[in-house]
Amino acid sequence: MLSRIFSGDLPRSRMLALVLIAIVGALALAPFVFPGAKALNVAAKICVFIVLVASFDLLLGYTGIVSFAHTMFFGIGAYGVAIALTRLAPSWAAIAAGVAGALALSFGLSLLIGLFSLRVKAIFYAMITLAVASAFQTFASQLSEITGGEDGLSFRVPEVLSHGFVLGGHSILGVPVDGKLISYYLLFALAVALFLLMLRIVNSPFGRVLQAIRENDFRAEALGYRTVVYRTFSNVLSAGFATLAGALLALWLRYNGPDTSLSFEIMIDILLMVVIGGMGTMYGAVIGATLFIVAQNYLQDLMKLASDAALGIPLLSSLLHPDRWLLWLGILFILSVYRFPAGIVGRLRTRSKSHSAAQ
Amino acid sequence: MSFALETRDLTIRFGGHVAVNGVSCGFAPGTLTAIVGPNGAGKTTYFNLISGQLKASAGRVLLHGEDLSGYSAPRRSRRGIGRAFQLTNLFPNLSVLENIRLAVQSRAGLGLNLWSIWSAHRELIGHAEEVLETVALGAKRDVAASALSHGDQRKLEVGILMALEPDVFMFDEPTAGMSVDEVPVILELIRALKARRDKTILLVEHKMDVVRELSDRIIVLHNGALVADGEPAEVIASPIVQEAYLGVEAAA
Repeated sequence: MLSRIFSGDLPRSRMLALVLIAIVGALALAPFVFPGAKALNVAAKICVFIVLVASFDLLLGYTGIVSFAHTMFFGIGAYGVAIALTRLAPSWAAIAAGVAGALALSFGLSLLIGLFSLRVKAIFYAMITLAVASAFQTFASQLSEITGGEDGLSFRVPEVLSHGFVLGGHSILGVPVDGKLISYYLLFALAVALFLLMLRIVNSPFGRVLQAIRENDFRAEALGYRTVVYRTFSNVLSAGFATLAGALLALWLRYNGPDTSLSFEIMIDILLMVVIGGMGTMYGAVIGATLFIVAQNYLQDLMKLASDAALGIPLLSSLLHPDRWLLWLGILFILSVYRFPAGIVGRLRTRSKSHSAAQ
Repeated sequence: MSFALETRDLTIRFGGHVAVNGVSCGFAPGTLTAIVGPNGAGKTTYFNLISGQLKASAGRVLLHGEDLSGYSAPRRSRRGIGRAFQLTNLFPNLSVLENIRLAVQSRAGLGLNLWSIWSAHRELIGHAEEVLETVALGAKRDVAASALSHGDQRKLEVGILMALEPDVFMFDEPTAGMSVDEVPVILELIRALKARRDKTILLVEHKMDVVRELSDRIIVLHNGALVADGEPAEVIASPIVQEAYLGVEAAA
């Protein structure tokens, strides 16, 4: 039963299983154990990015396609919901329309990019996606009447999800059952469902072909697999999941702008998350996204503490200044790539394999 | 007589160099034909043209009378042309079993199934395991293909082709670089395959004793052209073959 839910692809390392249980448990109980608006925002962002990073892993880790257009699809999802809710009444129907429109646009674009350019070599494909994504970003900020330009769009969500909504004075463990709580659990449940769906796809016969193509596309063709079709499918699926992640983000933030969903900074972040977590593992997305976003949000606080503690020591104190957090994140990244080229998940799995071999 | 596989005036040019030059040849069903010739004669290129890895400049490839000339490599593979490669060509980071299973899965036409779990298709795994036994790799089931010895990789290469069960088997120097004690496994497989008499086999091989023993017929390629074709004993004995190529081969 458990194995079926996880599509027969269990963590295969006790340590990894424990870490995953801890992360999912913390996310599931976040509103109750981590008080405060910031903590809940971080938890929500982690949920969204787990889906987004997993969808990128489907493309990069499983199929071996390097694309820089992933945030474009993320942005399309976010803008779809934002535009629909700005133009229409804040209703579920508007959300559905926004998501459907976004999915259709992502489908068309990913299909087009896939069919036209997946025949070319990897480096050219990466370039093409970079160009398309840049064009789209410019396009989105220029079309300010629809997209709100650089300012983005703020909008209202259906009443049940809005912050003002309180469910008949109920509260659980002292936490009021309000729109925020309902939004969070909706987001959490959808993120879990989408993640499990992707886990199923990579463990389907189709997913196995994707890995074969990543390993040796020439041989996959000789076995009778039309690699262009598989690559295009992978591209379309990955774009679809990224679009849904974008829609979730917009619903949570009740805002969308270029910097929250479209920027290249996010593209780089996703890349780092998938590499740190472990490419081609799916679970790497969970660990990579959690680590990265927690570091992004709390490393500065931590550094402030350390910096204050080291106040007397001249160089150390300035190195630990909160403004240097990106430097430390960069060092952490380089170290992790050096030490765990297969990512954290790959590392944990090798370790558990050598453990069981030793016994 | 109707041929299982036929090439008509098959030609490919690379710039001014004609690597395969108007080769017309039919292969009767259930036979094993050895293709010999010196290095650079165009044997592997001829194979690439048949299995679709290269597009012919001119000429046609027919399988049971169906013109495959415009078909891509995957389509030819699905039609029944199977190929083992001279330079080992595996999925390096996937397990030995998975390398075979992917071939079985392709044959079962399950590639575009997105919803089921791969490991739930027990019959595919079972079939892959059987094939693994026939190439004497049962014990290496879960090892990554890249971790195998050269000889084992050659066996896996042949195993993948066996799992694909095509109509036409094309072996490109299947025993190249294998140690002496590993060669019999491969030869036994080809011998058993030939004994079934329902598959058509093309074999590029340098070892003349192997060629003499296994083949029903030998064709000789030289500079991309077909220069001799006939019964093994007759072709091997022919002066052109003796002088030009086999003298060198026998001495080596």
